[in-house]
Amino acid sequence: MLLIDKTALITGSAKGIGKATAELFSKHGAKLILVDRDMEKLEKIHEEFIKKNYPEPKIFHADVKNFEQIKSIFNELNNSKIFIDILVNNAGIMADSMLQMVQQPQVQSVYEVNVFGTIYFSQFAIKSMMRKRKGSIINISSIMGTKGYIGQTVYGSSKSAIIGFTQSLSKEIAPLNIRVNAVAPGFIETDLTLNTPPAVLEKTLSSIGMKRPGKPIDVANTILFLASDLSEYITGQVIGVDGGMII
Amino acid sequence: MTQTEKLKKAFAEALIIDEALVTDTLKYQSIPQWDSITHMVLVSSIEEAFELSLDTEEIIDLSSVAKAKEILSKKGITF
Repeated sequence: MLLIDKTALITGSAKGIGKATAELFSKHGAKLILVDRDMEKLEKIHEEFIKKNYPEPKIFHADVKNFEQIKSIFNELNNSKIFIDILVNNAGIMADSMLQMVQQPQVQSVYEVNVFGTIYFSQFAIKSMMRKRKGSIINISSIMGTKGYIGQTVYGSSKSAIIGFTQSLSKEIAPLNIRVNAVAPGFIETDLTLNTPPAVLEKTLSSIGMKRPGKPIDVANTILFLASDLSEYITGQVIGVDGGMII
Repeated sequence: MTQTEKLKKAFAEALIIDEALVTDTLKYQSIPQWDSITHMVLVSSIEEAFELSLDTEEIIDLSSVAKAKEILSKKGITF
């Protein structure tokens, strides 16, 4: 059990990597605060976790691009004297398009969720972590952010921004004993990759050294490592979880 | 403990300085101990001592002990 007595907030926790991380953290004894736009799914997870005898999670409906909603979550947590040890900035959206076909609302939306949401949550979380003078923030980037790919100018650059943010913030708050790292998943079986056309899927799999897609638990295991004290001397790093993918 | 004593203690503990140094005239970056990093520790220390939350604007505005008193007064703390 790596997360006994730890409180973790996970954004985008109703499905995919976020949900897998929530379940893994629960198995390791963490108290969870789950945030998602989809309250129905969150309520199901709440029910499911109670049935499995995991610590009861607190659930919050919020859109990560809405600063006031984020502020309200942390106000409620502060009022309840709940201070977080771990933040997983997982919420993200993907939009594939060649740059000449990208419309302004798409750019706005991808950056608001993938970048601004991460910045806002980190800002509030650091204040919460300061109460314990210790913390770990894990941001979810992507192989598209480390290597780039055709049709990923907007999504890929938003995930590159996450790396820049991670590296700068890690330097800023290392003296406060708060660590910041990022995970860069490759091709993972989630809703984001569910509708990949067969021809593209075949080409993608051939680019992966291990010749198979990753699973959400593969990413969750890395997040667990970065969240736990096993990585207490690691900050400002980006760990690829991609099965040896070359793009 | 009075509110002034509580504030002095919060400053002294966050900045690791003697309470005697915590006077209204003490300003951000006027001593090596009050830099941008310890400013964050100070914010946390004040929030913890007075059981409240400071907004970003207030954190930026918190540039002296006198200013801290002014900000806290607006939140109902009487000095």
